[in-house]
Amino acid sequence: MNLLRQPGFWLTVLLVLAGGLLAPITQSATVRESMFLVLMFVALASSLNIILGYTGYVSFGHIVFFGLGGYVGFYFLSQQSWSLAPAALMGGLAAALLALLLGLSILRLRGAYFALATIGINEAMRALITNLKIFGGPTGMSLHFSVYQEYGGATQALWITYFAMFGLALVVVVLSFVVKKSKFGLGLVSIREDEDAAMVMGVRAPRAKTWSFVLSAVIPGIIGTLFFFKNGNIEPGDAFRLHLSIETIVMVMLGGQGTVLGPVLGAAGYERLRGFLLTNPTFKDLQLAFAGLALLIIVLFVPAGVVGWLRTRLPRLRRVLE
Amino acid sequence: MLEQLIPSLVDGLLIGFVYGVAAMGLTLIWGVMRVINLAHGPIIALGMFGVYVLFNDGLGLNPYVSLPIVGAAGVLFGIVIYSIAVHRVINAPHLSSLLATFAVSMIIIGVGTSRLTTNVYTVGLDLGSVTIGPITVTVTRLVAAGVSVFVAAGLYLFLYRTSTGKAIRAVANNRSAAELMGIPSSRVLALSFGLGTMLAVIAGGLISTIFPFRILSGGAYELKSFVIGVLGGLGNPLGALVGGLILGGLEGLIPVFMPTTWVPVFEFGLFVLILLVRPSGLFGARQ
Repeated sequence: MNLLRQPGFWLTVLLVLAGGLLAPITQSATVRESMFLVLMFVALASSLNIILGYTGYVSFGHIVFFGLGGYVGFYFLSQQSWSLAPAALMGGLAAALLALLLGLSILRLRGAYFALATIGINEAMRALITNLKIFGGPTGMSLHFSVYQEYGGATQALWITYFAMFGLALVVVVLSFVVKKSKFGLGLVSIREDEDAAMVMGVRAPRAKTWSFVLSAVIPGIIGTLFFFKNGNIEPGDAFRLHLSIETIVMVMLGGQGTVLGPVLGAAGYERLRGFLLTNPTFKDLQLAFAGLALLIIVLFVPAGVVGWLRTRLPRLRRVLE
Repeated sequence: MLEQLIPSLVDGLLIGFVYGVAAMGLTLIWGVMRVINLAHGPIIALGMFGVYVLFNDGLGLNPYVSLPIVGAAGVLFGIVIYSIAVHRVINAPHLSSLLATFAVSMIIIGVGTSRLTTNVYTVGLDLGSVTIGPITVTVTRLVAAGVSVFVAAGLYLFLYRTSTGKAIRAVANNRSAAELMGIPSSRVLALSFGLGTMLAVIAGGLISTIFPFRILSGGAYELKSFVIGVLGGLGNPLGALVGGLILGGLEGLIPVFMPTTWVPVFEFGLFVLILLVRPSGLFGARQ
């Protein structure tokens, strides 16, 4: 396969592999917990990158897919006693269906109007779920501790979710590479550059946009189920946190939107930076303000992100930094 | 039902005027420079604390007296934000300005939380209430609505009766043409951002006389401003006032028929619907 001969592909995949294998090698719970978050953000950011970086549509409330997937998966886990894998698939399916429905309607909007609509949808979904009795209303749902026995105890369940997340992160990275190199991906990039011109050249923009939206929604839906399975309970406020949505955008921007490696580096870098700011005594109180300052500096001076910046500065590296 | 409905509706409509002023700030900035100001909510919260500090910390300044002071500080603050964070990305894709203003919001919230904590504050201004026929309303709410109308009228006169206002409308209409006519567009943009910020802090100041608040309270009003801005047509300040009344009316009406928690479902449902059916707003934006 052509893909396997690309150095850029291997660089990104090996990076994720190395990070993900850190926990099973050290067998340390601390490493596992921090790498779980890093891998989750890698997968979320890379998924978002498909609609944001490739297609150029700013999905500001992208966390709605994470939240809805989490809720649907959690419903099957806790109320219907399904096991994790099929429940997670249901979560992903629900997110994909929502994206398909939305894609047919709101992707007609362009620029800031689209961004605003996605914020509105996230808030509407949060408000709706708060009122739905079957999802537990404002207090949400929780898993009984005995559920974890099915997976060989709580520790074992944590490892299972970890490996599932690891696998998902790898899938997303491979997926974003495949999409980028495909004819479909080329269509998406041309929509980003000039949608009208792309349509004149024969790109079926509405269909392509909708599929890219669906692709970028599936994995966050599955991740939602995994995350809340591990968490043990789910509430509307945790599931549809707009702030998390924006943080994911920051990760994509930090690494470089539209590149495969960028979101991976951005997610890992942002997670580490936040961890540092939260634990460092000098920055602890003002961690949000410093994170904001860092974001401002990136947006104002390095809008292409780390990978984008390196690609313009060092053209020779372009083959490696995809 | 009716004796419940009318007071609730009146309360909602009165607060709707204040929502309208907050949304005017957002929509003015969008109309002039096509920037969605994601720092709008924290700026509203700053307005609340501005009034609080001048009233409760030693000075004892009446909130209605301190409102112009807070407003003037708001203009300056807005100009500073524009110069530092927005000016460089004014012609960049939307994502850049969205993230730049979001970064400002993170900075305000970060500094605010470390200085003020996330505790709930109240201004503690009690002016009693008046009864007209079957309706009883608190005076603070009545005055807040009155001040909002006054501010909206002032903005209208400024935009349509002064030469600076004309320059702002010209830049909103076509920036390059305005520059060719010798209008200093950077200064006009900075001033517009300042005015938008001023409207936000004034709305915040008025809300602080009615409801308890904390540094994170602005977020809810920011989302309301989005809804109102889209209802009235983004970029149409006077449409925002009508949008505010519609939203306030809904907030008064819905709780009479079903639990209050359904209010946001309707608000955001309406928001998405309007965006889909008529992105230019109910009245069409005046470009």
